Amino acid sequence: MPIWEFLQKYSSVLMHGTWVTCLQFVLAVLVAVSVALVMGIGKLSANPLIRGTCVVYIELFRGTSLLVQLYWIFFVLPLFGITLPNFTAGFISVGLNYGAYGAELVRGAIQAVPRGQWEAATALSMSPFARMRRIVLPQAIAIMLPPWGNLLIELLKGTALVSLISVTDLMFQAKQINASTYLSAQAFGTALIIYYLFARVLITPSMRWAEHAVARRLGRS
Amino acid sequence: MNFDWSWTLTWEIMPRLLWATANTLLAAGAGYAIALVGGLIFALAQRAAFGPIRWAVREFVEFIRSTPLVLQIFFVFYVAPQFGIQLSPWTSGLLAIGLHYSAYLSEVYRGGLEAVPRGQWEACRAINMSARDTYFRIIIPQALVPAVPGMGNYLVGILKDTPMLSVIGVMELMHAANSIGSEHYRYLEPFTLVGLIFFLISLPTAGLVKLLERRLRLGLGL
Amino acid sequence: MNVSKSYGKLNVIEHLNFDVAEGEMVSIIGPSGSGKTTVLRTLMTLETINDGVIYVEGKPLTHMAKGGVLVPADERYLRRMRTSIGMCFQSFNLFPHMTALQNCMEGPVQVLGLSKKEARERSEELLHMVGMIDKRGQHPSRLSGGQQQRVAIARALAMRPKVMLFDEVTSALDPEVIGEVTNVIRKLVTEHNLTMLMVTHQMGFARDISDRVCFFYGGKIEEQGTPHELFGSPQRERTKQFLSAVKEAV
Repeated sequence: MPIWEFLQKYSSVLMHGTWVTCLQFVLAVLVAVSVALVMGIGKLSANPLIRGTCVVYIELFRGTSLLVQLYWIFFVLPLFGITLPNFTAGFISVGLNYGAYGAELVRGAIQAVPRGQWEAATALSMSPFARMRRIVLPQAIAIMLPPWGNLLIELLKGTALVSLISVTDLMFQAKQINASTYLSAQAFGTALIIYYLFARVLITPSMRWAEHAVARRLGRS
Repeated sequence: MNFDWSWTLTWEIMPRLLWATANTLLAAGAGYAIALVGGLIFALAQRAAFGPIRWAVREFVEFIRSTPLVLQIFFVFYVAPQFGIQLSPWTSGLLAIGLHYSAYLSEVYRGGLEAVPRGQWEACRAINMSARDTYFRIIIPQALVPAVPGMGNYLVGILKDTPMLSVIGVMELMHAANSIGSEHYRYLEPFTLVGLIFFLISLPTAGLVKLLERRLRLGLGL
Repeated sequence: MNVSKSYGKLNVIEHLNFDVAEGEMVSIIGPSGSGKTTVLRTLMTLETINDGVIYVEGKPLTHMAKGGVLVPADERYLRRMRTSIGMCFQSFNLFPHMTALQNCMEGPVQVLGLSKKEARERSEELLHMVGMIDKRGQHPSRLSGGQQQRVAIARALAMRPKVMLFDEVTSALDPEVIGEVTNVIRKLVTEHNLTMLMVTHQMGFARDISDRVCFFYGGKIEEQGTPHELFGSPQRERTKQFLSAVKEAV
């Protein structure tokens, strides 16, 4: 079957899959960013209990595999009384996993903010919370945006795994088409290209734009 | 809440999981070996004199890096037969994961190569060294040092990505846990144990990589 | 007002007894590593002290009374006490993501709870005083070192501190712009009744404007007196050596 005929026939299914992938991506990013901020800042806490919790979280999620975490959250968590539908289990697992990687980016960026900035904020009698929110984080964000761009592409790729718990994302639809038609090259090839465009046309340029916006706010552009 | 850990089941499935662990390590090791070589080829090709080659390889590497590994695994496994090439799950799995990480490692090598000062090339030219000798005797050894941390990270990365091979039936840890789960109707023990095994492998590996990095730096007087 | 402190700190500063009167301008000079900067940093509570108590206006700075004894103060107490002290740093430490005006308004709005309007009026007045009103909308990266330091002085003053600490504020500046910063400090001395402590390498400037000059050596005050006494007829051998070494360098 020529490719344009294939696309005509399956475009609506693939579009639907792409839409689900978009949703998974956005929701997982929200989870990952929140987790990364909490865990990254927590790892720098003076309180050993908070610090320890964050270290354990980060090491646990980075030390085991995303697929293992996904299956664990979907199949084992119900035994503890927490039953999540597959769609929710999907983006939560992806978000929790990449949040652990993001936490290290947050921590590194906060530590890269010059010491003098903390001291100047302290000299103005700012509370630790205000110091973090008003002075340190805005500067840390500028430092960590470029590596976050890479992490978001990794996260997008990670969402493909949710198809394995039957979330009907792009990957899932490609598999379905393949199973029913044996048009493997067309089905998987199209999906590969859509993922590629998603990363190169959506994620990378918007991160570039964000970097520029932040640089402008720092008066550097 | 019906959380009851069964030790009987734990001991019963342990041998199977350990055997699968060996397969996981084999897959990670073989995939990494492919990636070490493939990455070097990609990295050197991006320095080719012929512009279109540089551009094509660059785009190919970008493409592989920004698409999901699990999809690439399916692609290799199902598409190759369409062209009359029959590949076993193991072969296509290793090919896919090896290729995927080749793209990542080529970036690491590229960074290392770019870190070698221009003067080193000029010195080789000055003593009339061949291009081959220049690369293999002078440039690559120096490029490796800054590349080691990245190479180590991807060793741990490839290990954690091997569970994806289970989707085409490679008998590694995740595959074993899945079949144990469906045989016994119990997922708590197999999935938890698999997580534990991954943790117990990847944590020391990451530590080892750090140690090696420090050793290397000290050894080279950096 | 009355600042007195005595404390021991692992060889950086040893059992220092030191009083500053209200409205006094004290310069601290001495070789590097003599603990001059540490004195200012402990006053700003950027460094903790191991022993001893600091009093500001009769109140302990880093301690609070609990059941009749002094215990190390909690964060809230420290924050309240810090508002009476302002500091300018060698490396300016302006907030890069804020304009000159926003830098000055940050403390009054966030810490003192002033309205934006009040904070803006206060900040603009101070920026005018340091001659930076025209650059109020600029980010620090667009300002020269001397300009940044003047904004930093305005930022510290916007908190209406009773004590100002200047930590080598001209050391990171190009020689030709040092004057614009020292002129601002000079103005503060003549027109305001602020208590000021200044660590500096500029002997001439210290001599001109100080009420008192302290020579630090090895974490101790080796010698102190009026500028006339200290620069004119130093008593101690180390002071003489230091002053003649500085003179030779110029």
